[in-house]
Amino acid sequence: MSELVERGAAEIARDVNAKRVSAREIADAALARADAVDERVGAYLRVLYDIARETATRVDERVARGEKLPLAGVPFAVKDNMCLNGTRTTCASRILERWTAPYTATAVQRMLDAGCVPIGKSNLDEFAMGSSCENSALGVTRNPYDLGRVPGGSSGGSAAAVAAREAAIGMGSDTGGSIREPAAFCNLVGLKPTYGRVSRYGLIAFASSLDQIGPLARSVEDAALAYDAMAGHDPMDSTSIASEVEPTATALRNDLRGLRIGIVREFPLDPLGAEMKSAYEQAYRDLEALGASLVEVCLPTAEYGLATYYLIAPAECSANLARFDGVRYGSNVDAGDVGTMYERTRAAGFGPEVKRRILIGTYALSSGYYDAYYVRAQKARTLVARDFAKAFTSCDLIASPATSCPPFALGAKSDPYSMYLMDYYTIPMSLAGVPALSVPCGWAREGGRTLPLGLQLVAPHFAEALLLGAAHAYEGATKHAGTYAPSLVAASGVES
Amino acid sequence: MGERIDVRYVAKLARIELTDDEVVRFGAQLGALLEHVNALGELDVASVPATAQVVESRNVARDDEPRPSLDREIVLDEAPHRQGAFVRVPKILVE
Repeated sequence: MSELVERGAAEIARDVNAKRVSAREIADAALARADAVDERVGAYLRVLYDIARETATRVDERVARGEKLPLAGVPFAVKDNMCLNGTRTTCASRILERWTAPYTATAVQRMLDAGCVPIGKSNLDEFAMGSSCENSALGVTRNPYDLGRVPGGSSGGSAAAVAAREAAIGMGSDTGGSIREPAAFCNLVGLKPTYGRVSRYGLIAFASSLDQIGPLARSVEDAALAYDAMAGHDPMDSTSIASEVEPTATALRNDLRGLRIGIVREFPLDPLGAEMKSAYEQAYRDLEALGASLVEVCLPTAEYGLATYYLIAPAECSANLARFDGVRYGSNVDAGDVGTMYERTRAAGFGPEVKRRILIGTYALSSGYYDAYYVRAQKARTLVARDFAKAFTSCDLIASPATSCPPFALGAKSDPYSMYLMDYYTIPMSLAGVPALSVPCGWAREGGRTLPLGLQLVAPHFAEALLLGAAHAYEGATKHAGTYAPSLVAASGVES
Repeated sequence: MGERIDVRYVAKLARIELTDDEVVRFGAQLGALLEHVNALGELDVASVPATAQVVESRNVARDDEPRPSLDREIVLDEAPHRQGAFVRVPKILVE
């Protein structure tokens, strides 16, 4: 393995800007790494050999002309629900398997403008609906820390790519935890920004009132650099926030003095088991040792988050996915009349989880049930948001577990509801639209393997600089991420 | 709340053809999910407004001026059945 693929985004950008290494050398190393390991990891649905090399060459030309690029030559993975002009964008779904995007998503374009080089389009749960990547119709992604386990989801491909050193940055999207959970499972930093902070233009919609794009990286500094590059107002997304973005990479801190960190009364650690409990207790003590004062906060509606989310998100999904009808793009199953054509196209094109969510959403929005389900959920959502507003009057940040278990074995969760429970700790923040991240916080031993855990930190709307700054202090003091390298070996003696 | 889902009817609304197998399986799974979401009935939301947005935003409109759009050839080429400058579909009126 080339030493180049171990480098993070900050170091690569420094060296490429200083012409100590070329973007092309970095890209070739990332492509070679993908060639060497991706058959086992399955992070990418497609490796973009030509585009990566051409883009890297153009970055080198820009640097030669004297341009200073914040992410010069940084190899990145693009989740395959984000458009890149002229390339296939499938959402890991049969219905879009052969669709070529006719434009580039704003957030992706901003990464390219900042000097990033796309290495591949990464796997996901179909249309970003899932917590393990197992709902992909197009491939299996494995956790680089144990190839018998899931990488998390839905941004599991981007997470696995970054953990396996096939990219330095992964672009993810988070609707109920789809950046934070795979970050926790793959020993990465993963940030879901404030709703509206990053443009969603060119992100294929799942639940529009919740979807948000954000970065996955091997360090807080790298995540901050990527967030700074992708955030900002975009006239092409009417929900994009007009106010100026506060830079985060220049706001990284080394202590937490003067900060009040809320520990959520409704998230007791006992149900997590002894090992995880002690890891999170240690994490809270580490925050305190850095100068923070810990205070108890209440999120009394948090326990209703899951129920609220699994009405609102499917309702929005059923409306958004109505556009896939076999007429203008995507796959098509011929039939004699248009109604049958719609029904057969969608039956063949969508996988079981997408169908389940479309059905539950259609039901929740249907005549006679709309008030009882959808409207009631939207009211519950108001209560969840009020909980956070109240909690943030007595603290600056909130800390909690990111997940309720370490990465689990492929195929372990066959019942849909047990998979939905994976989002328990991340959904309330999505409902409230507040920024939240997961940062590595230690390890759990299971089945003879050492598996990563994530600490979730949460901030008020638009406080990404404070959030990443605090995470940087925690990361610097604990250095959990560097304790174990990904093994890229399957558990139970299976050679893969 | 607490109703069983008529999966066939909902699938018709959602324009998805289901096999008999799927009707049984999805019926059971969605019924189980409804049991869980029925917990929302415990919340007193009588005086709570429904969420419209989570961060402050207002309607956005742009000036109605022509500007470049996607290339028509590229977009039409994505249609499963194209006929010249048109997208071809099966008959929409059934006698």
